[in-house]
Amino acid sequence: MAGDKSRGSYVSTEEQQRQIAARLVRQRIQDAVFRKTTLSFALFVLLLLGAIITSLVLGAYPIFEKFGFGFLTSREWNPVTNTFGAANAIYGTIVTSFIALLIAFPVSFGIAIFLTELCPIWLKRPLGTAVELLAAIPSIIYGMWGLFVFAPLFAQYVQPFLTKYAGDIPLIGQLFQGAPMGIGMLSAGIILAVMVIPFIASVMRDVFEIVPPVLKESAYGLGATTWEVVRNIVLPYTKAGVVGGTMLGLGRALGETMAVTFVIGNTPKIAASLFEPGASIASTIANEFAEAGDGGHISALIAIGLVLFIITFVVLALAKLMLLQLSKGEGSRT
Amino acid sequence: MNAVLQPYETPVTPTSKISVRNLNFFYGSFQGLKNINLEILERRVTAFIGPSGCGKSTLLRTLNRMYDLYPGQRAEGEIIMNGKNVLDKSQDLNLLRAKVGMVFQKPTPFPMSIYDNIAFGVKLYESLSKAEMDERVEWALNKAAIWGEVKDKLKQSGLSLSGGQQQRLCIARAVAVKPEVVLLDEPTSALDPISTAKVEELLHELKQDYTIAIVTHNMQQAARVSDFTAYMYLGDLVEYGVTDELFIKPKKKETEDYITGRFG
Amino acid sequence: MSMQSPTLASTASPTSALYRKRVFTNRLALFLSLAAMASGMIFLLWILTTLVVKGIGGLNVAVFTQMTPSPGSAGGLLNAIFGSVVMVTIGTLIATPIGILAGIYLAEFGKTGWVAPTTRFVNDILLSAPSIIIGLFVYTIYVARVQHFSAFAGAIALAIIAIPVIVRTTETMLILVPASLREAAAALGAPEWKVVSYVALRAVRSGVITGILLAVARISGETAPLLFTALNNQFWSSDLNAPMANLPVAIFQFAMSPFENWVELAWAGAMLITFSVLAINIITRVIFRQRSN
Repeated sequence: MAGDKSRGSYVSTEEQQRQIAARLVRQRIQDAVFRKTTLSFALFVLLLLGAIITSLVLGAYPIFEKFGFGFLTSREWNPVTNTFGAANAIYGTIVTSFIALLIAFPVSFGIAIFLTELCPIWLKRPLGTAVELLAAIPSIIYGMWGLFVFAPLFAQYVQPFLTKYAGDIPLIGQLFQGAPMGIGMLSAGIILAVMVIPFIASVMRDVFEIVPPVLKESAYGLGATTWEVVRNIVLPYTKAGVVGGTMLGLGRALGETMAVTFVIGNTPKIAASLFEPGASIASTIANEFAEAGDGGHISALIAIGLVLFIITFVVLALAKLMLLQLSKGEGSRT
Repeated sequence: MNAVLQPYETPVTPTSKISVRNLNFFYGSFQGLKNINLEILERRVTAFIGPSGCGKSTLLRTLNRMYDLYPGQRAEGEIIMNGKNVLDKSQDLNLLRAKVGMVFQKPTPFPMSIYDNIAFGVKLYESLSKAEMDERVEWALNKAAIWGEVKDKLKQSGLSLSGGQQQRLCIARAVAVKPEVVLLDEPTSALDPISTAKVEELLHELKQDYTIAIVTHNMQQAARVSDFTAYMYLGDLVEYGVTDELFIKPKKKETEDYITGRFG
Repeated sequence: MSMQSPTLASTASPTSALYRKRVFTNRLALFLSLAAMASGMIFLLWILTTLVVKGIGGLNVAVFTQMTPSPGSAGGLLNAIFGSVVMVTIGTLIATPIGILAGIYLAEFGKTGWVAPTTRFVNDILLSAPSIIIGLFVYTIYVARVQHFSAFAGAIALAIIAIPVIVRTTETMLILVPASLREAAAALGAPEWKVVSYVALRAVRSGVITGILLAVARISGETAPLLFTALNNQFWSSDLNAPMANLPVAIFQFAMSPFENWVELAWAGAMLITFSVLAINIITRVIFRQRSN
């Protein structure tokens, strides 16, 4: 055999041993550099978050210095007189996101159940992909669609209907009164719901799929119906994941800009009716930032940005913890 | 050192390649190996048998310090090879592993061409010309008795081969870097009988040049391929001797129970 | 035993009230689930049809050959398309090495210490952080410093949005590499960086590329972070240091305008952007599926 003569060659001469030693040193240096480089980029991601928070805090500082924490509760937002309060925008953000969740949660839940429990195998992949594609559509498209297609139909058919049948109910009736303009808080909430449904549904589908088949089979074996299996086996098993997925969707809804900006009406006010226009934090920043001048307007916009970031950070962190809890639980159960 | 279990009979008095002395191994707080002492002899096949969880794979993985990849695993004691303790902190792991090759339970072809699979390891420590490399690749594939099957498709992905071919490719890859010792961790457990027979034949060839340690759960295989056999149980080395003797007249009751199938 | 069988028979009997109630609840739940799925699909089709119906009218050669017009005159989206391609490309080029290297750290060296779990957590937050906040961030650290909007600032904002996507997929993919493959490479004496870059990363190449392409798809449609970084530009500009036109912001501006031809262009742009993004999504899925089979 041709190579046999060279067997063991690389340790045979002094020259070669020297080469090997040099190579080993080089490898150690390369490994150390590699490790440190990847570490520094991981730290870079960490720093990014720190930098975002720091820059927002610094940018928002002048406005908090001027108005104190009253900034958060004041409803006055007037760039002309340089008086700013965040209450309107915070209200708009929370109300639209709440409406979005109210609609998105049950629908996403239904979609996730359909995809995991009911869907014929051959349809699973195309439908799952379709849901994911819905999540991939840029948010500006939802906004345009909401403004040009949804809002007119909503104003013409749904709003009068709501006023007629829900407008007189005590307490909640006033939410559905006013001119049917199509745009406003309710429309924004609904468009947001359409946007976050695919996110929530995908997470829920993923967590439903981790339920061990044997658990479900043993329930089916007792004669349980599909719904009973979902209600009593799947849901308790994945509770943390379902809540986590929903909060993830909430996080998205709170910070969504374009879809909301198109349909919310962009009027900073707090009105009793959901038909009235309003403004969210993100839509206010999107609308006013490029034209904002000095004298506090920019600082005020950064300040509401900071508020938004804190709210979404808390929501997303809780979502993440819930999902982590689920995967930990999964580990301990197997 | 009187605790060292010497093989009961040493034909042609081969020299010891690796001496394992007072070896203890821990997975976190769990002790996986308990005070192991044994000699692995040069150009012989040493087989490790025992029920799963007995520590045979663990022992193999201490010989090239594969366990070092995982935090929380540590070994104490000595493993002397070429007069040096490989468990020493100063031991360069890459160099050690270049000298102690390993073949795994499942074939592990790299996601590259058959040629590059072989060349990958060689390039690590040798600077060969194209012609020398071609020669080395052919030599290694010949050693692993797979040259004839792959010589026309060296540029194809290693993943395109059948399971048995992949495993022989992995053996060729380990041999190509000209190690002194080859460790095989249940190399045939994922293979069909024909491929298994080919790999076993190969071991006979390879022991002309290499010191071989093989872990197997298949006792017939241990009996067929090895010169010495070690029986392990729950982290202890129970019995170690010439294969034929160990299988025909084991000295220990536990060994006998295991090899006669009364236990395990 | 003998006591149980009659009770069993009565509950399981199709005529019992309990059984009928259970069946009814089940059917209702399944119907609602089906309705939810159907409504999701209806929205998807509705949005896509709207885009085609409204977009096809405005989609002509001029869209690809002419600059964005002033109100009332005819024009196209050439400078906006060019700007988007430039910024998305630069953003991806910045984000890819950062994302892959950070992802490698999380997957390969993240077994001990506090850096990896913390980074993983933070990365997941950044993954869903409001993109308008990223715009604010780039504005305060870059645009406000240099005192002008620029394409480069837009690219940075897009990169920051792409990084967490790439980190996440790289890590997920690398974790899928079987330990035995890494061990096999290490067993030949390969140093760590070669084990990772020549063997592990190579084994999941298609998955990592998928992640990059998904990041491209994600940032291609992002509008909010560009509003006050790259701003917009009515004219052709290839100066990275000046405001640059881009599809999403042009769409936003035109769609909100009262001019009919602008709105029509906005729809054409919307259709263009959506179908490109969806195409990237579908193509990556097909590639990934083929490669992983």
